[in-house]
Amino acid sequence: MTGTLARVDQDFPALAQTIHGQYPLVYLDNAATTFKARPVIAALNRYYSQESANIHRGVHTLSQLATERYEAARATVQTFIGAEQVEDIIFTSGTTAAINMVAQGFVRKRLSPGDEILITEMEHHSNIVPWQMLREQTGAQLKVAPINDLGEVRLDAFAEMLSPRTKMVSIGYVSNALGTINPVKQMVALAHRIGAPVLVDAAQAVATIPVNVTDLDCDFLAFSGHKIFGPTGTGVLYGKQAILEQMDPVFGGGDMILSVTFEKTVYNHIPYRFEPGTPHIAGVIGLGAAIDYVTRIGMETIAAHDRKLARLAAERLSTIPGVRLIGEAADKTSIASFVLEHAHPHDIGTILDNHGVAIRAGHHCAQPVMQHFGVEATARASFSLYNTERDIDRLMEAVLKVKEVFV
Amino acid sequence: MNITDELYQQVILEHNRHPVHFHTLGDATHKAEGFNPLCGDRYWVYVRVDEKDLIDDVSFTGNGCAISKASLSIMTEAILGKSIEYTKDLFGRFHELVQGNSDDADELGELAVFGGVAKYPARVKCAALGWHTLMGALNRSQDSVCTE
Repeated sequence: MTGTLARVDQDFPALAQTIHGQYPLVYLDNAATTFKARPVIAALNRYYSQESANIHRGVHTLSQLATERYEAARATVQTFIGAEQVEDIIFTSGTTAAINMVAQGFVRKRLSPGDEILITEMEHHSNIVPWQMLREQTGAQLKVAPINDLGEVRLDAFAEMLSPRTKMVSIGYVSNALGTINPVKQMVALAHRIGAPVLVDAAQAVATIPVNVTDLDCDFLAFSGHKIFGPTGTGVLYGKQAILEQMDPVFGGGDMILSVTFEKTVYNHIPYRFEPGTPHIAGVIGLGAAIDYVTRIGMETIAAHDRKLARLAAERLSTIPGVRLIGEAADKTSIASFVLEHAHPHDIGTILDNHGVAIRAGHHCAQPVMQHFGVEATARASFSLYNTERDIDRLMEAVLKVKEVFV
Repeated sequence: MNITDELYQQVILEHNRHPVHFHTLGDATHKAEGFNPLCGDRYWVYVRVDEKDLIDDVSFTGNGCAISKASLSIMTEAILGKSIEYTKDLFGRFHELVQGNSDDADELGELAVFGGVAKYPARVKCAALGWHTLMGALNRSQDSVCTE
């Protein structure tokens, strides 16, 4: 039941524009955020123009309709990531909020001074800083499993760093700076051998490879809506039921309670106790539409496409004298990160933009990765389902222009 | 001139390739570090001010993009031998230039090549990093200047 990627560009209105009045846009900054699919925009539009009501509390028609659509999105996410039950899906404002919720609501109370949290050297800052905050609050240690010079986690070192003191493991699925796909299933199994729960940061994975929480056996998984063609300000925290029952809400408020008196408040059931206040209703419905969209195409189809473009881009960029690829993992997808002799990544980014090619230049919120490779920043082209080999032609032409300026 | 050449003028490229006064200054009376955490550009500016408040010597070290490095290099040429008062005034005029508000670009000499930066809001900080660092050094108010 896989679909095709032919004419998929028609589904993303933002692709059809020119930059500096003359260059058709080539958007290669998908690891920062993806463009929004027409069904997503239509869902937002429908909510705001017709079905604009609050959820879980109204008896009127529109409130019931909004509630149905919001909860339908939860079921869509459940199916998409292979969760056992719909109650395992919590809507958040993004991956960052989800990781912080786990850190403060689940991990914090389980930590004593000297306990350990294990992450890897290739994490995004959002999977580093929440644990550093926890370290300050509890006296626990933050351990970092190193990567090799290809940009792969050293599994032997990771396994050795797991100990009875390890109270939490939090690992990225796909590196946003390198494109490395980590052997997460294997890492979860290793962590579970010593009884440590595992959070998988799937922010960069979810739009580019199939993700199945039951197969991974992870305890938590987080992702953001905006990286899978959905609205910004939306995200998902998945948790196993038995684990979520041990997690405390970090924020209190309306909709997360069953009853409130000044003496005692009884929390609502899971997942509602973790969704206080009026959520991003339109955004969640839009995220559901985004997931329906990629499901119609098929994640296997998308995964093969993104992998192929990343490999092709790396092959072609490496033919340019002076180019050094950053991140050459055997298993990687969707990202080509590189530096160019005599040209700083920001200058590359500006000149590429002058030719209508949008990439990211910087440390990609992963400064430890930059330090590992001895660079301050890289230029990063990141691919998605609507990119084509012609986009790589344009990237190559523009990089050669950079070479002309910075001989 | 196409938009790339307008920004990356030959003067800028030449100073990026071969920056002047690009070394430390052992007997500096003022120094400061400048850092842009967004892109990782990091420089140190060294100044020796004499008893008449003239900039007797100036230098810099560090690394970053072509715009920031060339800006530091040209800045050191523009202020060498000048008074602190003149330098602070020049900074104000340079700032207006890169913000696109300058009406006396021609009087700025070689600094005028940074006029093209005004069209790139994301790059204005690159051009201004060295100057902010210099001001930090002269004001002795801080040892590290952050442009975020």
